[in-house]
Amino acid sequence: MSGHGTGAGHAHEGHHELPFWRKYIFSTDHKVIGLQYGITATFFLLFGFGLMLLMRWQLAFPGQAIPVIGKMISDDGVLTPELYNQFGAMHGTIMIFLGVVPMAVGAFANYLVPLQVGAQDMAFPKLNSASYWVYFCGGVVMLASFFFEGGAAASGWTSYPPLSDIANNAQSVWLVGMVFLITSSLLGGVNTIVTAIQLRAKGLGFMNWPVHVWAQVITAFLLLLAFPPLEAAGVLQLMDRLAGTSFFLPSGLVVSGEPLKVSGGGNPLLWQHLFWFLAHPEVYVLILPAVGIIGEIYVTNTRKPLYGYKTLVYSLIFLGFMSFIVWAHHMFMTGMGVTLSNFFQTTTMIISIPSVIILTTYLLTLWGGSIRYNTAMLFALAFLPMFAIGGLTGLPLGLTASDIHLHDTYYVIGHFHYVVAPGTLFALMGGVYFWYPKITGRFMSETWGKIHFWGSIIAINGIFMPMLFMGMAGVSRRLYDQTVYMHGAATQNLNVLMSVSAWILAVMQIPFVINMFVSWKTGKKCESNNPWDATTLEWAATCPPPHENFTTPVEVYRDPYQFNTANQAIPQFKA
Amino acid sequence: MGGHQMSVEEVKKHVKGYYMVFAALLVLTGVTVAVSYLHLSVMGAVLVALAVASTKGSLVALYFMHLISEKAIIYATLALTAILLLSLMMISLYLTVF
Amino acid sequence: MSVIIPYVDEPHPMTGVTNAKLAIWLFLASEVMLFGALFSTYIILRHGSTHWPSGELNVPLATINTVILITSSVTMVMAWASLKMKEFGKFKMHMALTILLSCIFLVVKGFEYHHKFEVGHTPASHTFYAIYFAMTGLHGLHILGGIAVNAYLLWPGSKMWLTEPERFTGRIEVSGLYWHFVDLVWIFLFPMLYLLP
Repeated sequence: MSGHGTGAGHAHEGHHELPFWRKYIFSTDHKVIGLQYGITATFFLLFGFGLMLLMRWQLAFPGQAIPVIGKMISDDGVLTPELYNQFGAMHGTIMIFLGVVPMAVGAFANYLVPLQVGAQDMAFPKLNSASYWVYFCGGVVMLASFFFEGGAAASGWTSYPPLSDIANNAQSVWLVGMVFLITSSLLGGVNTIVTAIQLRAKGLGFMNWPVHVWAQVITAFLLLLAFPPLEAAGVLQLMDRLAGTSFFLPSGLVVSGEPLKVSGGGNPLLWQHLFWFLAHPEVYVLILPAVGIIGEIYVTNTRKPLYGYKTLVYSLIFLGFMSFIVWAHHMFMTGMGVTLSNFFQTTTMIISIPSVIILTTYLLTLWGGSIRYNTAMLFALAFLPMFAIGGLTGLPLGLTASDIHLHDTYYVIGHFHYVVAPGTLFALMGGVYFWYPKITGRFMSETWGKIHFWGSIIAINGIFMPMLFMGMAGVSRRLYDQTVYMHGAATQNLNVLMSVSAWILAVMQIPFVINMFVSWKTGKKCESNNPWDATTLEWAATCPPPHENFTTPVEVYRDPYQFNTANQAIPQFKA
Repeated sequence: MGGHQMSVEEVKKHVKGYYMVFAALLVLTGVTVAVSYLHLSVMGAVLVALAVASTKGSLVALYFMHLISEKAIIYATLALTAILLLSLMMISLYLTVF
Repeated sequence: MSVIIPYVDEPHPMTGVTNAKLAIWLFLASEVMLFGALFSTYIILRHGSTHWPSGELNVPLATINTVILITSSVTMVMAWASLKMKEFGKFKMHMALTILLSCIFLVVKGFEYHHKFEVGHTPASHTFYAIYFAMTGLHGLHILGGIAVNAYLLWPGSKMWLTEPERFTGRIEVSGLYWHFVDLVWIFLFPMLYLLP
């Protein structure tokens, strides 16, 4: 609801006379907001990664002082168990809610969806700015929790009660931060859906949407409908902590030998249900934008239409829908009857079908294509096997019998990191290389890009592949020092390998970050609006696009992905 | 209804409808309060209360919120929400019956 | 050049709705899930408790509040209908009534809360009171939000009627949809918390 003017359309602020703070800080331009999201999320991704780099020292060399920077975090330089718990909880929270989601949804949806549907901005530009700043506040609150007495929240990113109910004050700060982040996601979700549906260019039907737009719209629906139950649960947990209620506290709880003085009668499993009702769809919030991004990269770099566009779209919709009825497979081990386990086991097996269909359409898109192996494409290509490993290792976790052995071990950690780290994050990095010319008017360095890619893919598998084996050996997640157990000590050498790989992975990100900033000024100039010879609407705009995106209104004449026999694109916007 | 081409006469017709719905809502409020003094069994009381509340809720949604003549895209959104709400409400079954 | 956002005051030819209308329904859909989680919580807590207090809440006050909220819904929809009939004066009256009624609702609610605290029924005393305060509190926050929006639309925001009447009418409709939803939630809360044995 922004802007002034009359007639069919509504104009808001012209872009010449805006002062600096309106243009770059409190901007309503979706492209600026997208970049704000991107830069903030990059910071949080690096920060959350940094926490893990410190934890990996303790895991590889238990009880030894961290060299150089150890003195900054504790007196003797050793990562204490308390700090280890805090870092673990905050690593998960920051990576998911402050890193990957704002990057995949905030940055990519914001920047690309209006461009890809041929709109001049998001439907509600001021709301868009508000959702970024609410996210920013949530981030500040989360970071501030480190400075509270007793440190940051330490109950894991899942915050299971009753432990989280009786944890130190930082847990309340965590909950407040979450309420900010959830609110931001809700505002952003509404905006994305309305923009994609209402602001479509002339001639753009739903079945002409690029697959990235489809993925972002489905993601927005997941955020919109799955997040509120966690918001409710967050408020209830906050009341448990601040108002003395017992929503998640059963009767007769004894803490440190003392009976807890609460009314009791609550149910800790209720939190788990409400939490996973969000957190399972959240997995698809993490993965769907990535699926959309690599779809765009594949088509452009194979020079052929997407194989089975409609099948892919229907699979995405079905996947999004099914993600709401599988959540309790995270809870097989926490008190569920056989009937219920069977139900969720079955829905979990069903949801793997659309996932495989999606991978298959992409595989068949590659088949017979004239593939251009640029950096963006390498990252997108890596997505397929990485996501496949992540997905397939999930099946044993979704089956109750094998889950008994694997539940809460490093196998789980390996599984979901394969989905999110070399899966989603690689796709996002591919997306950055791919759309960089559109955003800045210059290319990123291909040489450094390839160094970044090969270094990252080797290092990242060095981290997560051993985790799968360690988990199968029975090592539990969240252990401060696994060598105190015999089976843990037996696999300790894998921990050293993982830690070294993690540090190498960190080093490999340096060329990426430098490349990202340096190429802005010095990269190879992009000569046309459509440097990759791609087919979708964003390539009709100049590089970088002006505030109003398209100087002349775009019109859509055909489906999103068409090429002629000479492997040349026939863009949607060419008559 | 809620459309942009409505004439003044049409709106006046709707206004009459609003007051009829208002009357129905007041009556139903009376009914649900009165029934609570009958001391029905818990099951009976829950069923009556739910039936009356659903009727009232439907009246508000259909007439005040103009759902009776809304566009397909709104219906689709609400249908999706209804299914997911059902999935969410199943939690209470999972934790009580199973 | 300036940025043009279409379908702010006229419906999209394909979907038949304005941007704001689609947005408010999406928002309400998320609200359904928010309150749905709390209704689920209520059922679980109630089922899991050995003793469920009933008859301790003030039914007459809540009945009055129910009537007040229903009336405010009628005045809200009348505010919109008045604009449709191009009667700005009537709009102002109905909108002012809506705000007044919502304030009365909150005052009555305040008396109820105050009394509960006086006799020692706090959120900490039983899970029933926990869910009672959680749900009515969250509902009360929604009322506060509604008052803020409606007050904006009645006073500073109503200038838009002179320049963009269609768009202003749309805003009142959207604000009304939210308000009716708040009423709708109360329609379920009232029997659930006050009347069930």
